[in-house]
Amino acid sequence: MDFTLSEWVNLAGEGSLADAAVKQQAEETGMTVEAVRATMHSHLCCMQEAVQSGLDEKLRSVSGLSGGQAALFLKRMQEGKLLGGRLLGKAEVYAMATAECNACMGKIVAAPTAGACGILPGTILAMMEESDVSEEQAVDALFVAAAVGQSIATQASISGAEGGCQAECGSAAAMAAAALAYLEGGTPQQCADAAAFAIMNLLGLVCDPVGGLVEVPCVYRNVGSCGVAFTAADMVLSGIRCPIAPDEVILAMKEVGDALPASLRETGDGGCAACASVRARLKANTL
Amino acid sequence: MKETFTPKDDMTMDLFDLIGPVMIGPSSSHTAGAARIGLTARLLLNEDVCKAEVGFHGSFAKTYRGHGTDRAIVGGLMGMAVDDPRLRDSLTLARESGMDVCFDVVNIRGAHPNTVRLTLTGVSGKELTMEAASVGGGNIEIHKLNGLNVDFTGKEHTLIIHQTDAPGVIAAVTGALAGQSINIANMQVYRRKAGADAMMVLELDGAPEDYVLESLKHMKAIRNVTFLKRRPC
Repeated sequence: MDFTLSEWVNLAGEGSLADAAVKQQAEETGMTVEAVRATMHSHLCCMQEAVQSGLDEKLRSVSGLSGGQAALFLKRMQEGKLLGGRLLGKAEVYAMATAECNACMGKIVAAPTAGACGILPGTILAMMEESDVSEEQAVDALFVAAAVGQSIATQASISGAEGGCQAECGSAAAMAAAALAYLEGGTPQQCADAAAFAIMNLLGLVCDPVGGLVEVPCVYRNVGSCGVAFTAADMVLSGIRCPIAPDEVILAMKEVGDALPASLRETGDGGCAACASVRARLKANTL
Repeated sequence: MKETFTPKDDMTMDLFDLIGPVMIGPSSSHTAGAARIGLTARLLLNEDVCKAEVGFHGSFAKTYRGHGTDRAIVGGLMGMAVDDPRLRDSLTLARESGMDVCFDVVNIRGAHPNTVRLTLTGVSGKELTMEAASVGGGNIEIHKLNGLNVDFTGKEHTLIIHQTDAPGVIAAVTGALAGQSINIANMQVYRRKAGADAMMVLELDGAPEDYVLESLKHMKAIRNVTFLKRRPC
């Protein structure tokens, strides 16, 4: 069964959104609860491996446009110089490492897509290392994120070609925001509100990959979207309610996506993709 | 690059479609889907590939190098799955193993933007042509097999029968499956013209025993029987 955010909130009731999602997945697939959790745990391990390979300073993509930048970012973080502090900084570094690992044909977990694969692992793994989140809690948080992702995918879209980058990085930030709210003790309603705040902040974001490749601006947007996830979670945890019903924000995203011209939906024709300097660099690299 | 992943009305999204699949980047449609197409073709050929002509259409033609679509297809043809790190080096591995690969850009009228046409020769000289599309989220559709129009995904157990169009062939195949209590989820029959080349594609809820497949192969009107097991990931 597919659920809207308000249906997920009702389903969780007084209990946890993570438990509701695990139970639902087990019932749908006929797997045991233990097996469902074990699968998510193996995905978590894969996320950790992707970060490690993405931090390699020698990494380069086939086009030459990405790779090795997360290593620079990490160095600055280790020097304690990142302006946003260590927790957010680490999430951003890890998001970039994952996105670069993806661009360089490394192994990643689509979350919800390959193009937006850095945001959720970045936030969850940073919480594990900087905020004492256990592996078990991290697995729970990934189920909360998956439930949110399902609500978005079935009511709007998670594909850049259909809905623009708001559907990819926006959805990933919404999933990460709900996961963060969950890890900090937020209620199911607060998780849904956090997801809505994240989408609200990325509404209208276009999908404009240079050369049609998942590199520029995708890698950098994975980094920036982490900040949106933390901001959204912080707002709801402060007791701020989303003034719009969260499902309506998802539907707004769908409407905005439908209104985007084809040139801004993953065709590589408009936005950043139309900028001459990077196109020239890409051409020089691939010829 | 066109990627559409709209869940159909009757389709439920598994939570592991949102966090997953585990795959080699950078693109679920241009890399993971491409690897799945290659692997499906390799399974359909049912022997190692010694020669492959790969024709890219549409968005695939524009961006195949940068997305590693070429490496993903060849890796799949060598039997690699979507999460196999060797996909990256598949072109070198293919060369070392003596596989002859050539890439081309083709224009297939009316085809999905992410379509590839494969013309394969196996080590025993067996040949296979296939057109398939990567339709988003790593999902694929096979649209043409040895010149005949088909429509299947390889996600379920799939039985493909290549036969001469004749009365009773369908009954014999479905009868053999009924004898094994195997339910048919979906079935399509295609033919070039009456009495000529024909093909049957059946998506099954269970896997038939090898001896059933063998017995079908010996039927007079049946030219070839191929069984694809449900894709594990």
